[in-house]
Amino acid sequence: MTVHPIVVDIFESKLNNKSTQHSTPPRLLSRSLGLCLSGCRSLTQLAELPETHQLLRQTCRDYADRELMPIAAKLDKEHVFPAKQIHELGAMGVMAMEVPEELGGAGMDYLAYSLAMEEISRGCASTGVVVSVNNSLYIGPILKFGTVEQKKQWIAPFTTGEKVGCFALSEPGNGSDAGAASTLARQEGDQWVLNGTKAWITNSWDASATVVFATTDKKLKHKGISAFLVPMPHPGLSLGKKEDKLGIRASSTANIILEDCRIPLENMLGPRGAGFRIAMQTLDSGRIGIAAQALGIAQAALDCAADYAHKRTAFGAPIGKLQAIQFKLADMAVAVESARLLTWKAAILKDSNKPFIKEAAMAKLAASEAATFCSHQAIQVLGGMGYVTDMPAERHYRDARITEIYEGTSEIQRLVIAGQLLKEYQS
Amino acid sequence: MHSNRYCNRIIVLPFSVLLEIRVKPDNSGVVTDGVKHSMNPFCEIAVEEAVKLKEKKLIKEVVAVSCGPQQSQETIRTALAMGADRGIHVEVAGKDYETLGPLQVSKIMAALAKKEDAQLIILGKQAIDDDCNQTGQMTAALLDWPQGTFASEVSLDGDKVKVVREIDGGLETIKISTPAVLTADLRLNTPRYATLPNIMKAKKKKIANVKPADLGVDLTSRLEVLKVEEPPQRQAGVKVETVEDLVGKLKETGRI
Repeated sequence: MTVHPIVVDIFESKLNNKSTQHSTPPRLLSRSLGLCLSGCRSLTQLAELPETHQLLRQTCRDYADRELMPIAAKLDKEHVFPAKQIHELGAMGVMAMEVPEELGGAGMDYLAYSLAMEEISRGCASTGVVVSVNNSLYIGPILKFGTVEQKKQWIAPFTTGEKVGCFALSEPGNGSDAGAASTLARQEGDQWVLNGTKAWITNSWDASATVVFATTDKKLKHKGISAFLVPMPHPGLSLGKKEDKLGIRASSTANIILEDCRIPLENMLGPRGAGFRIAMQTLDSGRIGIAAQALGIAQAALDCAADYAHKRTAFGAPIGKLQAIQFKLADMAVAVESARLLTWKAAILKDSNKPFIKEAAMAKLAASEAATFCSHQAIQVLGGMGYVTDMPAERHYRDARITEIYEGTSEIQRLVIAGQLLKEYQS
Repeated sequence: MHSNRYCNRIIVLPFSVLLEIRVKPDNSGVVTDGVKHSMNPFCEIAVEEAVKLKEKKLIKEVVAVSCGPQQSQETIRTALAMGADRGIHVEVAGKDYETLGPLQVSKIMAALAKKEDAQLIILGKQAIDDDCNQTGQMTAALLDWPQGTFASEVSLDGDKVKVVREIDGGLETIKISTPAVLTADLRLNTPRYATLPNIMKAKKKKIANVKPADLGVDLTSRLEVLKVEEPPQRQAGVKVETVEDLVGKLKETGRI
């Protein structure tokens, strides 16, 4: 596979330390049982990463292999929120990766976050989305736009895994059309009063706080939307029924209903009217996390299919010897690897404070389409076994589908990419 | 030179093991080129125990030592991320690494223990790739220190160590004085996952580079590997119709 030179430059300029000069082979641990599907991975995936990132990736991979993979099917079947695992991930620092250590976070960069997200999601996609929403969509905007007081109150308790947050932007009447927020916020004395309904909110049933977007000045259209911090539970805030989803079933998704929900004035996040901008910037970064989640699902599907290809025999030999299967696996591997490099590039650009909107959208688009492609092909490789719950392939297929929809549909991603691209050609 | 109230320094020896064993085509050994390495599971338990003792404020410093080529540094970094204070990488590469065995490692450990003035050495009971189960015992003998091997429980009591050992007959509890060598068994503890902040801190911790010659250790092996063979391939089973047939077959193959 040829790598575009720009990608290599970005790596070299950012990862300019000694540990990348000699090639350290990837460290893979399997607890004496030798059951490590990820042992088949290629060297190039890790050879460019700095040592701390390699160590971090290995730690998350070990955690996912030992603690998430064995229970993922059960969590999915019983729609159970992985509270214990979220606590443990919180203790490791994974629930607040970008947050500085003073506030209780891990103080790491977005590249580290993408690596952690991919490994966690490879173990369990539902756990991955819980981690992603807490990191990118809840903590993200508060970290960027919150006051010192707000950060102490609304971030510090959410770093340990004991509490998780959520992000309430979508409504029954608008998803992609985020500028048409019909949830209203009016000022009454020293309080804001919120009224409206938010839809499809991940983590809603398990969250202790939410970032809500409501219109404060209808005449200003999307420039009249503001962001608010609301604790949960709270008088005036109620939850709709848990959606019965196709995939990521261990995470809760429901409506958030606001009926004269009163919050103090200091609960506004960022300046009045900045809500739309805050939402869009938050989603731009969140995209990278979701791309990483999709990568995890895609890789899990690939691992499943490749392992099966070794073991299943037909026509007198393992099916991995058949070109039809080999071509599928090759296509899957290329899809995953290209999406991975796009994701890393977007993360590195963000960490270097360079423009990354186009790359983040490309990463999310590529990774989510890789996830659906790989999980589809994985079922095909497994044949009948891919269709039953005995193998994880059917769960990957169901988990993958949402990655093309949430945090910006693939159609929206294309609009974002085209918009950025055309700007580059304007002279 | 050590305080009567608490130990000052523990050395742990996290070893890298091969993850995939493939016999070389000429049966002279096992392929090590390009094979993935990772920390021996028993050594993880040893590192965890040392870090736990430090957290209980019973000892002041944990030093992680690894013998091997460049890759060993990764094993040391993992130990640092788990909580060790500093590392020592004893460089052994190439032909010397292929013939590196418990005797040479224990000589290195003995030399380092004296140099670092350690009060406790904790190792994994054995490496899962060669299953030797010798390094701890040999190190203790070379230093003339007491040993508490196959430890499933360790407690420090003044300048003595109480060790519960897992033996064939059950559990044996012994009390030995420090300085001492301990080897960790499976049930001693559950190693922690390194937290992300600790992974970042590990980057700043020092790893010193040492050559065996600097310690006055001679690496020549007293062992010569004659041949390495794969275990016999698993044979297919045989189906029988009745219990009598089964008994007959078992008698036939000398099983009963």
